[in-house]
Amino acid sequence: MAYSYYPGCTQEVSTKAYDRSSRAVAKALGLDLIEIDDWNCCGSSPSYSLRHVETYALNARNLALAERGAPGGDVVTICNGCFGMMDKTNRRLAEDADLRREIDEALAVADLEYRGTLTVRHLLDILVKDVGREAIEQKVTHPLEGLKVAGYIGCAFSRPSGIDDMEFPTALDDLLTWIGADVVDYPLKAACCGGVLMMGDKQDVALKLVHTLLAEAVRRGATCLATACPLCHLNVEAYQGQVNSRFGTDFSLPVLFFSQLLGVSMGLSKKDLGLGEELISAKALLAPFMT
Amino acid sequence: MSADTMEATVRNARLSPEEEAILHSKEVLECIQCGTCSASCPTAYAMDYTPRQIIAALRAGELEKVLRSNTPWLCTSCNYCTVRCPAGIQFTDFMYDLKRMAVKRNLNPRGSAEFYKATVSTVDRHGRSAEMELMIRYYVSRLNPLGLLKLLPFGLKMLVRGRLPLLPHRIKGRADLAKMLDHVAQKGEA
Repeated sequence: MAYSYYPGCTQEVSTKAYDRSSRAVAKALGLDLIEIDDWNCCGSSPSYSLRHVETYALNARNLALAERGAPGGDVVTICNGCFGMMDKTNRRLAEDADLRREIDEALAVADLEYRGTLTVRHLLDILVKDVGREAIEQKVTHPLEGLKVAGYIGCAFSRPSGIDDMEFPTALDDLLTWIGADVVDYPLKAACCGGVLMMGDKQDVALKLVHTLLAEAVRRGATCLATACPLCHLNVEAYQGQVNSRFGTDFSLPVLFFSQLLGVSMGLSKKDLGLGEELISAKALLAPFMT
Repeated sequence: MSADTMEATVRNARLSPEEEAILHSKEVLECIQCGTCSASCPTAYAMDYTPRQIIAALRAGELEKVLRSNTPWLCTSCNYCTVRCPAGIQFTDFMYDLKRMAVKRNLNPRGSAEFYKATVSTVDRHGRSAEMELMIRYYVSRLNPLGLLKLLPFGLKMLVRGRLPLLPHRIKGRADLAKMLDHVAQKGEA
């Protein structure tokens, strides 16, 4: 099955392990990810905060390029933020004729057109719904038995998209269970990491949210967190030091992408999964499952 | 007409059509003031006005106070309010409307939009975003070189793991992208 693939900006460098491991597990599961040629940033919430039609135009360019490069294939993203922005654009274009006209004109300036044939998807959603339990379980050679993990799926996977329960999305927990992990009960799975507030003048508020997320995961017995979004991932991983100095805690909780854990369970190599790039090493934690 | 309403009406005489529209928007008219939004909001405790109070203030004609408040800038877009609202109000989108209007009228609290502006500038010129350039632009705009220095240990940790984006990737179609964005911006002003 072919999909247009939209990696998203952070996957180029700061969370490139997510991109690499997503491509690796997709390939091993027979999904053909065709990267959108010359894609641009989705604008994310900073752009949408300042101008909405321009932000729709940014996303429409990507949709147009995707439709041209892999007609009929859904667009797959791995970032909750990009997913939310592209999905919102795609839905608005379908329901708002005035906006549609405006965007069509803007696309025409760049010799592009978007016919509206695509559906925007998240890779995790595709794995859980399209690939499914049986096909995934068949590929598991190194079940993650005994690995106590909290699945932190984040906000924008299911809110407001509705692709999973909007209060208690289970896609990530399901996948982690299928690959043999010991998934801890984590009621904050879809609570907020602070998002973009971590960058800018409201960082204190975001640090407090991350502190709550980490404290609850530890209290529930998790020895690592699994994420499905690079923004959630950066907030809960890269800012643990700042959380510790502010709240007098000593968190040192490894954070891994769901694609990395899936890849480990499938026996994929450390290199293909970008393991070793974590700021808080997961080496000892994953050692029992590595070949 | 009560004295209070009269006062608000006089004050609102100078409102633009867009501002008049927000005071009579679906959000303001259809809110039932139940407070589900505020109770669901992870950052409401730090807001000048909670989401429910924002609607109440707009009903009282206090648009300027709303636009000067820190509230929209504390919205993380977690969308809890939106999916829980019994009146079907998409409050997250409404927060974005308020942010855009506040910046347009230059009423937003000092420093609140600087990071957003840095992002837009990077994305529009390169077609991609990159944290390093963003942070430099942000701290320069805040005249805060100390902020950058404080990031050094963090930056170094990312760097040794090959995770520090020094320069944004530039897309090939950036001239086309710029033309598209210009086209939209000009339409918006027309």
